Parts: sequence; structure tokens; C-alpha cells
Amino acid sequence: MQRQLANMKQSLFDQGYLDEQFIQLEELQDDANPNFVEEVVTLYYRDSARLIQSIEQALEKSPLDFSKLECLMHQFKGSSSSIGAKRVKSECTQFKEYCRVGNSDGCKRTFQQLKKEYATLKKKVEVYFQFARQIGPVEKACRSK
Amino acid sequence: MKKGGRKISALVVDDDRVIRVVEEKLLVRFGLETKVAKNGKEALDLFVAGNTFDFVVMDMEMPVMDGPEATRALRARGVDCMIVGVTSRGDGPEKAEFEAAGLNCCWEKPLNAQIVGTILDKLAKKLS
Repeated sequence: MQRQLANMKQSLFDQGYLDEQFIQLEELQDDANPNFVEEVVTLYYRDSARLIQSIEQALEKSPLDFSKLECLMHQFKGSSSSIGAKRVKSECTQFKEYCRVGNSDGCKRTFQQLKKEYATLKKKVEVYFQFARQIGPVEKACRSK
Repeated sequence: MKKGGRKISALVVDDDRVIRVVEEKLLVRFGLETKVAKNGKEALDLFVAGNTFDFVVMDMEMPVMDGPEATRALRARGVDCMIVGVTSRGDGPEKAEFEAAGLNCCWEKPLNAQIVGTILDKLAKKLS
């Protein structure tokens, strides 16, 4: 089962959902904070929901305030990169580029894509954490034998 | 890491809660005593209240008081501890302005174990 978990994680990396920063977070996990990564990711999804909403609202204005959008997205990108959300981060970069050149359609399209990646990642890590927690206690039991 | 018996102390300044949590944990893992502030003004207030730190991890863009402004204010007060800037705004005028405000060095986000190791090496050299 440990192997299954490792494979799950490897696949998330191979498919570009996560990057090295996620490994950094895992390395911060210890007996005192055994669920640190899950806690951080949960915090990310909770806090970033507000940013997503702000960006959504800003995209409904006409004309678009690219400077404001860029600023919001910059924040979102920073947060996303701190948990290793690679694909989400890449959409953020694309979005900021469209802001820079004032491309409204580009921004709107990219944002839709970003939301998809954001939601997909959430589902995938939820499965991963759920699985990790199931086998966690088993691992501990094996180790203490 | 200890300095003559007491722990090295650090202040994390960032408006993003996720980043504060991650950076704080990272520094604590290195054995540092860490406090957090959510913008430049809060950071400055900590110093004004008499707190001292061996180094500060300062985000560039924050509401109320941003990194460059807080850095300038701290240096103007005579704070000479290491101030490490972190930003995701690559190389450019903003980074240059930030460095000119009085940083000891500037790193690209996100902060990781390698960067912290490098900062601590610099700090050791500075203190020796």
C-alpha cells in the first residue's frame, strides 16, 4: 500500500500537477505535525477561495482593470507556488501575461482553465491525503513492531 | 542553530497566510525561534515594541506597508539585522528598488530549505 501511495504521488508529479515545493512541505512533516502538508493545502484552498471570488468579480467589470487583476493574480500565484501547485501556477503566469498586454478574452479564457486546474488538483490531493491517512496508522504499527 | 546558547530568531513578514505558515515551519525546522507579521507595519511595530531578530524574511508586496517601505523604515531606525527580501517578481525595477531599500539579499519565492541554509551561512559569516 505504501507503494501505491508512492505511485499516486509520482503520477501527480509526472503529470505536472505538483512540483518540488510539495516535497519541501513533506519534509517539514514530523511526528509533532504528521498532517502538516494536508493542513497547509487545506488552508490554501480555504484562503484562495476568496481570491478566486475577487478575480471573478473583477472579470465581470467592463472595461477590465488589468492592473487590479494582475495584482490579485500575483497574490494567488504566490500562494499557489508555496504549495507546489505547478499547473495552477502556470495558468497564473499566463493570466498575468494577458493582463500585461491588455487581452480581455485571454484573461477570461485562462481564468476558466485555471479554475479547472485548481479544482482538479484539489480532488487529486484529497484522494492522496485520504489514502495516506488510511495507511498511516498501519505504517506506524509496522514500525513499532 | 544556536548563537552562544540562545536560539537564532527570525521574523517572517508576508500578507499571505499560507506562505506565513510554510515559512514559519521551515524556519522552526532549522531550530529557529520565529515570529510572524502580516505586513510591513506589523513588522515595524514589533521592532518599535522592543523585539529584536537575527534576521527578517520580508515579502515585497503587502498591503498597509510593503516590503521596500518597511525595510527603509527599519534601516532608518538603525535596525541592522539581516533583512532578506522574497518576491516572485523576478529581476526588474521593483526588485532593484527593494534591494536599494536596504536588503542584505533577495530571493525568489517560494522559500525552501536550500535558501534557508544559504541565509544561515551568510548570517554565520556576518556574526563571526
